[in-house]
Amino acid sequence: MHELALARSLIEIVDEYAAEHHVTHIKRINVRLGEMSAMTRALHFCFSSVAEGTSCEGAILNIEIIPLTVYCGKCDAIKAPSGRYSFRCLECGMPAHKVITGREMQLASLELFKTEEAFHTPPTVQQSLRLESI
Amino acid sequence: MCTVCGCNPAINNEHSNNVSSNEFASEHEHHNHHHNNQGLHYGQGEAGATVAGFSQNKLVQIERNILSKNNGYAENNRQWLDSNCLLALNLVSSPGAGKTTLLVETLKSLKHQIPVAVIEGDQQTDNDADRIRQIDVPAIQINTGKGCHLDAHMIGHALQEVTLPAGGVVLIENVGNLVCPAAFDLGEASKVVILSVTEGEDKPIKYPDMFAVADLLIVSKIDLLPHVDFDVGQAVEYARSVNPDIEVLKLSAKTGEGLQDWKKWIIDRTEFLAPRSISVSVTEDTNYHA
Repeated sequence: MHELALARSLIEIVDEYAAEHHVTHIKRINVRLGEMSAMTRALHFCFSSVAEGTSCEGAILNIEIIPLTVYCGKCDAIKAPSGRYSFRCLECGMPAHKVITGREMQLASLELFKTEEAFHTPPTVQQSLRLESI
Repeated sequence: MCTVCGCNPAINNEHSNNVSSNEFASEHEHHNHHHNNQGLHYGQGEAGATVAGFSQNKLVQIERNILSKNNGYAENNRQWLDSNCLLALNLVSSPGAGKTTLLVETLKSLKHQIPVAVIEGDQQTDNDADRIRQIDVPAIQINTGKGCHLDAHMIGHALQEVTLPAGGVVLIENVGNLVCPAAFDLGEASKVVILSVTEGEDKPIKYPDMFAVADLLIVSKIDLLPHVDFDVGQAVEYARSVNPDIEVLKLSAKTGEGLQDWKKWIIDRTEFLAPRSISVSVTEDTNYHA
């Protein structure tokens, strides 16, 4: 149910923005999720039901997945780790202390409908047809 | 000129739909150039996003952490804790690792050394808070219902009921879950992850997020080691592979072995709390003595 909290949180931010800027419907929500968040499928799954009755209803949820990278102190470079289960440098095998990318859970941008257009666009979007990132 | 957004296909070649066959996706892909084409600068803040001809839709950069609301509440909690000179620890584990038993056994004696309060998180029932109250330690129960984790907003409310003198410790027992609580900062000073020897020693690599964000790993129920195949060394190695800096303590709440080190770990952390004035704030009807 973690994804529900995430979806609610996301939609709250968008809704707040929409209210401030007098936007009734959002066309597309661009989100960046790190590989470590492992939330892509789950977020897609619950997004449309949480979005009901909000400015996000019918919106396209577009998720960009950010790969996991770590900083290896020995190589003094940013590396891909040897696996999601082992934060060791792929080349020298030393444990890497710092995750550089892969933990992001970020709302990047929104694509907005003009209000009049939104009124003429029925919210028929099926989330299941939008799983381009999976 | 594109009739949907007014852009010029001679400049933006990305209108050719290279992905899909369904009607939604063609509309969907249409706007990729807005993200990809640097030349349009379409979406650097709302004011700058309006390009002549783009009358229908616009892209606005928001750039906000999805959990920013939670993190905002967490920051408030942290400031409140700091200003009251209180230490908060967030205890996380699988269900059944022995968090509550560990708390009860720890607090039986720790409550005489420092002021303590407990916030209990469970999906349902007051059972855990009742167990804590039975040893005369104040406990606040949070039932998360369908929720799988505590969030900073819940903790903010619970903290309103905490009345501890400076130098006190708030122990937060999170919902038994090695996944979701990792993502939700509560405003605590440290997360403490508890792994019992009746579980698999590979949990740190199966649930790396939780072990990566914890400052301390407690290997619990070590009195059972002769009866299980749990390899403590291997578990610690796995934990350090996802978090090289993690500290490790081994203990048994049942026999009391290792409990002293754990209590010392907590007390050591209260030393960092700014003006420590337990002796001043102690009143006659409390058992606290520094």
